[in-house]
Amino acid sequence: MDTFKKLKNYYWPFKKLFFASLFFVMLVTAITVIYPVVLQLTIDNVVLKGQYSWVPYLSVGFILIMAVKGVANFSQQYLGELFGVKSVYTLRDSLYKKLQRLSFTYYDNARTGDLMSRLTMDVEGFKFFLAAGCKELIKVVLLMVLSLSVMFYYSVPLALVTMAAMPFLAVVVYKFDRRVHPSFRKIRKSMGRLNTRIQENVSGMNTVKSLSKEDFEIYRFTDKNDNYKDNYIATSHIWARYFPLMEFIGNICMVALLAYGGYLVISGNLSMGALVAFFSLVNYILGPLMQLGFIVNMFSQAKASGERLLEILEAEEDIQNTEDPVEVQRLQGHVTFNNVTLTYSEDDDSALKNISFDAPPGTVVGLIGATGAGKTSITQLITRFYEPEAGEVLVDGRKVEEYDIKSLRRNIGFVLQESFLFSTSIKENIAYGNPNASMEEIVDAAKRAQAHDFIMEMPAGYETMLGERGMGLSGGQKQRIAIARAILIDPSILVLDDATSAVDMETEFKIQKALKEVMKDRTTFIIAHRISSLKHADEVLVLEDGEIVERGRHEELLTNGGPYQRIYDIQYQDKQEIMSAAK
Amino acid sequence: MAKTIANQPKRSRHLNRFYYPLDQAVEKPFNWKQMLRLLTFVKPYTGKLVPGAIVAMLISTLIRMAVPVLIGKVAIDIAIKDKDVGFLTYLVIGISLLYLVSYLANTFRIKWVNILGQNVIYDLRRNLFSHVQHLSHNFFDKRSAGSILVRILNDVNSLQELFTNGIINLLMDVVMLIGIVVILFVLSPPLALAVMIVLPIMFYISTKLRRNIRRAWQDVRIQKSRLNSHLNESMQGIRITQSFSQEKENTEFFDGVNTDNYENERLATKKSAYFGPFVEMSNAIGTVILIAYGSHLLLLGEANGGIEIGTFVSFAFFLGMFWEPISRLGQIYNQLLVAMASSERIFEFLDEQPNVEEKPDAKTIEKMKGHIEFDKVQFSYDEDRIALHEISLEMKPGQTVALVGHTGSGKSTIANLISRFYDPTKGAVKIDGMDLRDLKLDSLRKNISVVLQDTFIFSGTIMENIRFGRPDATDEEVYDAAKVVGADEFISRLADGYQTEVEERGNILSAGERQLLSFARALLADPRILILDEATASIDTETEMKIQQALRKLLKGRTAIMIAHRLSTIREADQIIVLQHGKILEKGNHQELMQRRGEYFDLVKSQFQMLNAL
Repeated sequence: MDTFKKLKNYYWPFKKLFFASLFFVMLVTAITVIYPVVLQLTIDNVVLKGQYSWVPYLSVGFILIMAVKGVANFSQQYLGELFGVKSVYTLRDSLYKKLQRLSFTYYDNARTGDLMSRLTMDVEGFKFFLAAGCKELIKVVLLMVLSLSVMFYYSVPLALVTMAAMPFLAVVVYKFDRRVHPSFRKIRKSMGRLNTRIQENVSGMNTVKSLSKEDFEIYRFTDKNDNYKDNYIATSHIWARYFPLMEFIGNICMVALLAYGGYLVISGNLSMGALVAFFSLVNYILGPLMQLGFIVNMFSQAKASGERLLEILEAEEDIQNTEDPVEVQRLQGHVTFNNVTLTYSEDDDSALKNISFDAPPGTVVGLIGATGAGKTSITQLITRFYEPEAGEVLVDGRKVEEYDIKSLRRNIGFVLQESFLFSTSIKENIAYGNPNASMEEIVDAAKRAQAHDFIMEMPAGYETMLGERGMGLSGGQKQRIAIARAILIDPSILVLDDATSAVDMETEFKIQKALKEVMKDRTTFIIAHRISSLKHADEVLVLEDGEIVERGRHEELLTNGGPYQRIYDIQYQDKQEIMSAAK
Repeated sequence: MAKTIANQPKRSRHLNRFYYPLDQAVEKPFNWKQMLRLLTFVKPYTGKLVPGAIVAMLISTLIRMAVPVLIGKVAIDIAIKDKDVGFLTYLVIGISLLYLVSYLANTFRIKWVNILGQNVIYDLRRNLFSHVQHLSHNFFDKRSAGSILVRILNDVNSLQELFTNGIINLLMDVVMLIGIVVILFVLSPPLALAVMIVLPIMFYISTKLRRNIRRAWQDVRIQKSRLNSHLNESMQGIRITQSFSQEKENTEFFDGVNTDNYENERLATKKSAYFGPFVEMSNAIGTVILIAYGSHLLLLGEANGGIEIGTFVSFAFFLGMFWEPISRLGQIYNQLLVAMASSERIFEFLDEQPNVEEKPDAKTIEKMKGHIEFDKVQFSYDEDRIALHEISLEMKPGQTVALVGHTGSGKSTIANLISRFYDPTKGAVKIDGMDLRDLKLDSLRKNISVVLQDTFIFSGTIMENIRFGRPDATDEEVYDAAKVVGADEFISRLADGYQTEVEERGNILSAGERQLLSFARALLADPRILILDEATASIDTETEMKIQQALRKLLKGRTAIMIAHRLSTIREADQIIVLQHGKILEKGNHQELMQRRGEYFDLVKSQFQMLNAL
């Protein structure tokens, strides 16, 4: 219940809908139970006594009652659903807002697939429960209690005889529920595995074809396909065993009713109408009894869903504005690190150890080192995507924590190795960081990023749609759009994280030319593996396992026999040879 | 937290910031030809399962219809009215026995129907999957992975319900409906005629109204898939979003989608809520007719063409049973429309033919040497664009050949022709002197491995990923392959070594490590011919050195064709082929070509000029 309490904010504001729906549920249930009573009166007082003058009144009354029931039924369902839909609307909005704000640390440990299943299945599950669960439970219980009361009112012994099989039914239903749910989970799991198998096969088709492993793939697929079929059939066997059995027990109740009820009518202890009414009433108890398990199960699932959603909603936003954040329009771009140490998680080694450097406005800092050496971590501290464990990161002489996050990040432009573009037009993608930009500004940024020409060659120019079913762009083209996107926010600090690595030499040449133009008057951090990209840096930091092992200008590092020189030698050995051969 | 949805703040400017295309049509008009083709998948089971299920269904349906007659007409009208306790006892025993038979019949029906349905779906899915596996490259070039997936997953699944319960239910419902009508007419023709009025109303509700409701829910689903696409994308792009601090703007966009979704759902809910009351009203109309006209007939008495009380009760029972089959028929009708759309898409795939075909008398190569020849090969992907112009070349067994040239010069085309992913338009490609078109595809491709620059990592352990190269390799062989290419080092550093779980989107492996894994895969496959698309992604220099070393070991003793980008690799090749616009400009080794001072020389020089200029 704690879970529901904590989530109260999302559904309680709509409590009026819930209670209104509840009221109509009771009305509907009451009318439902009245129906057999009307039937009984009709048979006993009208049919058997031959008082047919009552018929018109009965008919009109019946139609009226059914009309009321119709309206009530519509209302209870609509209002109940509306309660769920509205609650889920606010819940979704909050989840989304939360997810937008959660820090990189959160996403490092989260899996998109898992988050997605929470945002879709769990939200839907929770909605279903709000919209139908509570209400159904009340309805079912009410229907059973009322029907039983009417039955006992008509004839205590007949009610007892009819209900004699009920405990058996309850046991069967209980057993069925216990067996069928794990079985359903199995089906879902094996469906999931089958889907993953097919998904991987299609996504990795190039790899499959290149090693001509089609038959192996069919074999692996068949395994999962078999498994799914087997699980499904196993479940249907449970179904086949219990469902007819439940029906059979219900039918036995009917037979008992017929036998004893018939005897009572013959012996004059029960009216004919009451016997007929009994037949309807029994159904009102049998049906809901079979549903009860389903509803109880829905309860526990909704609770689990709620818990998973709470985990997101209550996740700690570890990076937030301080009390009184400093708002700045434009930063100078002076970046200073003082003895900065960064540890991502406690079990891991520190990603950065005691890093210090100073990059005055307009300078270029080069970062080189193996994968995992800490190059990217340095740049992510400047934007405050993470917080250092020790030491301080300063921009324009002020700690980054003191800035308003938005105003800090507005001044820093990122171009990453794999540029992520959104499913929207090229224009919107370039304007992503600055949605207010005019068309001229967008075109200008694209021109400066050497992207304008190829954009104009696209079928719809700047309006060309990108994304899953949109235009496919080459790596180099994507990269140039990402660069235009960074230019458009006119940042005072620019981070180029391996920006040209996924493209061939010619494209790199084009991009480098574009970048040179962009880097002017900005503090730039270049992460690269190719020495050529770092040659003009004001300072190169060579990193190894989170530490700076060497620093200085390109020329200084070339001759000291350190790691930088080693890298240079490897990369340029060909050059010496070839250039001499070429001469 | 609560916000009144009606009083939205003025519409945000960011509502169109993202664009997600909508799904394709989900239903199609009924088509007999397609239905018959679908039914061919049931054919293998017509021997035992289908008749068994139908017989079981008939038995239980007949019993279901007989019992109300027995209770109403026989028990009430005869036994109870005549106060015949003995007869009542017989009846009770008889009905109990009937129920027992029905219980057994139902058990078998449910079992058989599900086995049937699952087997049909299983076969269909298997056929489709296997068929797609053997389709050619140009099939995959034309389609996104997503659109292929939708067919194998969703379209097949959407047929499941039809094959499991749909067809048998269709029969059951028709039998039931006809049965009820017949019984009612036998019991009392005038009363039967009177209550029949509800039939068209029920049919209308079951088809038209339900259709309407389903369309509304379809809108909800489409809208929701937009919402989910955005959620998914927003999480994948969260780092970009936060870098550009667009959280607020995105939230406004999402709120728009969320509101649309809310509105759609509200409408669909409202329409759905009409359904129940309408059904009840139609039932109520039937009941009122029964009460009004039935009591009139009762008054007349049986002698004057009226009815007895038992008939009245039976009518009440059957009236309640009307709705069920009609409702299900409406459902099946809707299922059929969906099935039409799904099966059309499935058949479109099944009708797709691979563009390279195996000759019936194709030969098997026993031991391939790896001698490749191109004899005046011409090739075009589509009519007006020639990719290769009458190319002739020779690659000797064990040679390493580097293909050099700009994007679109024909490098990949040459590689694709060697694997026979396409057939040349003119001329012939030969291996060991045999035209590829005369060879069994399987025996050809078993001897060729392609190492791609973006190799796919399947979810599973590293061990399984390497073993993908040769599924029957022993653990030892996997270790050996990893050791030879130098992948062993980083693998053993991972927490679970070779048993570490990896996946395509995971970030456990770096670009360089993925390369090494794909080398190990190829080495394990031990092909005679290796085609290598060299990765362009820059890898840190140390790893790069390792890759170069691994490459040398991998190439040893094989004919290798490299689509090369790095000078260091190109330089070591036995033969360098410089291509431009589908033609060979120069051939020779590094020294020869440098001395010639032609295209290759210029290419090398310009690369260094570029490097220097940066």
